[in-house]
Amino acid sequence: MVDTLQPTTEHAHGDDHGHDEHHGASGLLNWLTTTDHKIIGMNYTVTSVVMMLLGGAMAMLIRAQLTVPDGGLVSLAKYNELFTMHGSIMIYLFAGPFAFGGLANYMVPIQIGAPDMAFPRLNALSYWLYLTGSVTMLLGFFTSGGAANFGWVGYAPLSNAVNAPGAGADLWIGALILTGFSAIFTGVNLVATIFYLRAPGMTMFRMPIFTWNMLVTGILILLAFPVLTAGLVMLYCDRHFGTHIYDANGGGSPVLWQHIFWFWGHPEVYILALPFFGMVTEIIPVFSKKPLFGYKGMVFATITIAALSTGVWAHHMFTTGVVLLPFFSFMTYLISIPTGMKFFNWIGSMWGGQVQYTSAMLFAIGFLLTFLIGGITGILLASPPLDFFTHDTYFVVAHFHSVVIALVIGAMAGIFYWYPKMTGRFLNERLGKLQFWLLTLGGLLFVMPGYLVGLRGMPRRMAVYIIDPTWQNLNIWSSIGGFLMGISMLVFAANALKTLKAPKTAGPNPWDGHTLEWFTTSPPPHHNFYSLPNIKSERPTWDYFHPDAPALTHDDHDPSHVPGAVKADAQ
Amino acid sequence: MNDHANTTDSAIAPASTRRPSRKGLGWIALAIAPIVLSGCQIPGFGINEGVTESSHKVYKLWQGFMVTGLIVGGFTFLLIVYAAIRYRRRNNEIPRQTQYNTLVEVLYTVIPTIIVAGLFYFTIVVENPEVAVIKNPPAKVKVVAFQWGWRFSYPENPKVNIVGQTTENPELIMPVGETIQVDLSSLDVVHGFYIKEFSFSQYAQPGVVNKFDFKVDKVGEFQTQCTQMCGLYHSLMYFKVKTIPASDYHQCLTSSNSGDEFVACANKTTPALYHRNTATQGATVHHG
Repeated sequence: MVDTLQPTTEHAHGDDHGHDEHHGASGLLNWLTTTDHKIIGMNYTVTSVVMMLLGGAMAMLIRAQLTVPDGGLVSLAKYNELFTMHGSIMIYLFAGPFAFGGLANYMVPIQIGAPDMAFPRLNALSYWLYLTGSVTMLLGFFTSGGAANFGWVGYAPLSNAVNAPGAGADLWIGALILTGFSAIFTGVNLVATIFYLRAPGMTMFRMPIFTWNMLVTGILILLAFPVLTAGLVMLYCDRHFGTHIYDANGGGSPVLWQHIFWFWGHPEVYILALPFFGMVTEIIPVFSKKPLFGYKGMVFATITIAALSTGVWAHHMFTTGVVLLPFFSFMTYLISIPTGMKFFNWIGSMWGGQVQYTSAMLFAIGFLLTFLIGGITGILLASPPLDFFTHDTYFVVAHFHSVVIALVIGAMAGIFYWYPKMTGRFLNERLGKLQFWLLTLGGLLFVMPGYLVGLRGMPRRMAVYIIDPTWQNLNIWSSIGGFLMGISMLVFAANALKTLKAPKTAGPNPWDGHTLEWFTTSPPPHHNFYSLPNIKSERPTWDYFHPDAPALTHDDHDPSHVPGAVKADAQ
Repeated sequence: MNDHANTTDSAIAPASTRRPSRKGLGWIALAIAPIVLSGCQIPGFGINEGVTESSHKVYKLWQGFMVTGLIVGGFTFLLIVYAAIRYRRRNNEIPRQTQYNTLVEVLYTVIPTIIVAGLFYFTIVVENPEVAVIKNPPAKVKVVAFQWGWRFSYPENPKVNIVGQTTENPELIMPVGETIQVDLSSLDVVHGFYIKEFSFSQYAQPGVVNKFDFKVDKVGEFQTQCTQMCGLYHSLMYFKVKTIPASDYHQCLTSSNSGDEFVACANKTTPALYHRNTATQGATVHHG
């Protein structure tokens, strides 16, 4: 093989067609035993998207049930299982693993010019633990008592052996311990890879912003997940070994579970969000043909968000009456400042650019708009007096669904952006745009009535709401929005299947990208690179192809505005 | 015609010198104007003033937050849409590769900090009196939540206990015009004690007794239910709050020999003209 394959040569892959690694017995064995971060990343991506479709199907059942006040589609008991598993699947099995196991696993080593993750076998173990954990959780549906039914937060003592005696609850705990270790190992791998495997010239402040976000996410995983795992082990001990850690009657404290859970749970919000922030932050500058505006400020904002996120957990517990309200309120307000900075970085990156409306870019803009709604309502909820009357109502449900729907839209941006790199093929743009409008408008139609019905007093996790049938109209609108989102996912599935066999026309750099993954072939070869460009900024690929258009830092502005120059003039 | 001229103009101008036009900024200002101007008659944004002393303050806080949120959110929203449309791709030129602008970066750090400091200040102003409890309240009620019902007992008269499960919809009687202190706890799992018209909720938890005060200023009936997921019949765990004049409250409470008698007495004092959906329009009671 020639060791200096130029990024424009794609013939090798055309010849390979037919010997694809996904076919044949040797392919399967390869897939089972691989330690290649790209194949593991693909496995993660596909598994987590399947989980999203499953969790989404449960959401469709929930929304169908809520179109009428007296339910009737599923029983009270089944409804509790459905929303518990919907939340659990989406949070534990989709959003996190998709971001830090899927796209990050695939892209981070390539973005920093590394041949693989730092610990390839640990990486494989992460995936298999994740898959095992996912199956374990889903098996709950096949037990006699049904799946876990106490909400995805598993509040003690509703999750103890008396109130949730079934095996479904144990499978849920076991699944979270398995996927928790999977996340911890991935966190270790990301941090070690980013610290130790960067290519020569790739200094910390030349790392792509997605890699920066994944570094911070990795550190947050290491801070947060061990706490949850320990908490779950204690919950299991309470259920089976006679301890009373969360049992008020035995001298324990149910509130302790809430502290442990949210000490994981709030950093987890950012563990989920930061990777998607990172994706969108990669995509917006590329399709605006500009460098990221305020790159260093963005890195600072990301680190600040992560640091603050470890000190805000009790804002989920304002109504417990046992937390210091002003402190957690203040910390929560502070976190909105770096988040706001990010918004202006994103806008600044588009400002004065050439914004190209690819599907990926549309999804990125859709992310900004949807996330803005979730962010602003989050600031309302940071005020304890306002949280008191919205807590546990659909207002809160609408708030965090605004955020997580933004993340799903961001995930779609990431998929449309990197699909050509991962497969060599483009997703269909026409279907992509159809999906964009269905998903974004459906998402808005879903959350907006939720805010209103929440303010009218509808509590969350209600199988029936015969107590106030006037909530029905708003629920119907929400459900229509939900169904539109469901249809958008069918469009996505059709798009993915349709393009599975399309010709590999993407080439190494279809979007005129900035970062190293666009310098290698699509998909990249084993160990990722035949050659690397000089890395002189955070946009090595851009610098290579546009040597005459480097990013303008402060000093490169109009020379008459450089303070030094003015001084020289004065003298 | 104007639009057409604009497009031609931009096409001729090199991409690197494109700047936001005054006209564009004018449109943004025009779009925000109604929100700012409507400040004279601030709407309730989905809630109403409620019927307690604290809920009136919470209502004002909510309005302030919503107006701020709409201005900040609306501004950012329009800026995103403006940037995406104004700088849409027109040709293959490489735009100016601006990466930093110190003034803008300082502004978008400092201004949000000031806004947030203001929000926190007003939060504390409303929150402190809302969560404060007085030492010797003139009325007290002990609320115990359980799967799936409520028990209301009144220390003033130990014979009065009101208990009801699921849709039996037990009644919690409260006085109007004087402070009542609630002792909230749970027998089993975590429940949510929520009264929309009081703009308030608190967890009922095993092992924790939460105390809080209400000073209600309207008679009425307020239908509500458990808000924290508590198991199979969570969605049917109802209760009803009934507020009656303080003099009637004390008279009924001392003269009753059981919870049922107390409820009957309370219902006699206020004719049942306050239906739950009109409860918030209930008459203000003047004590003389």
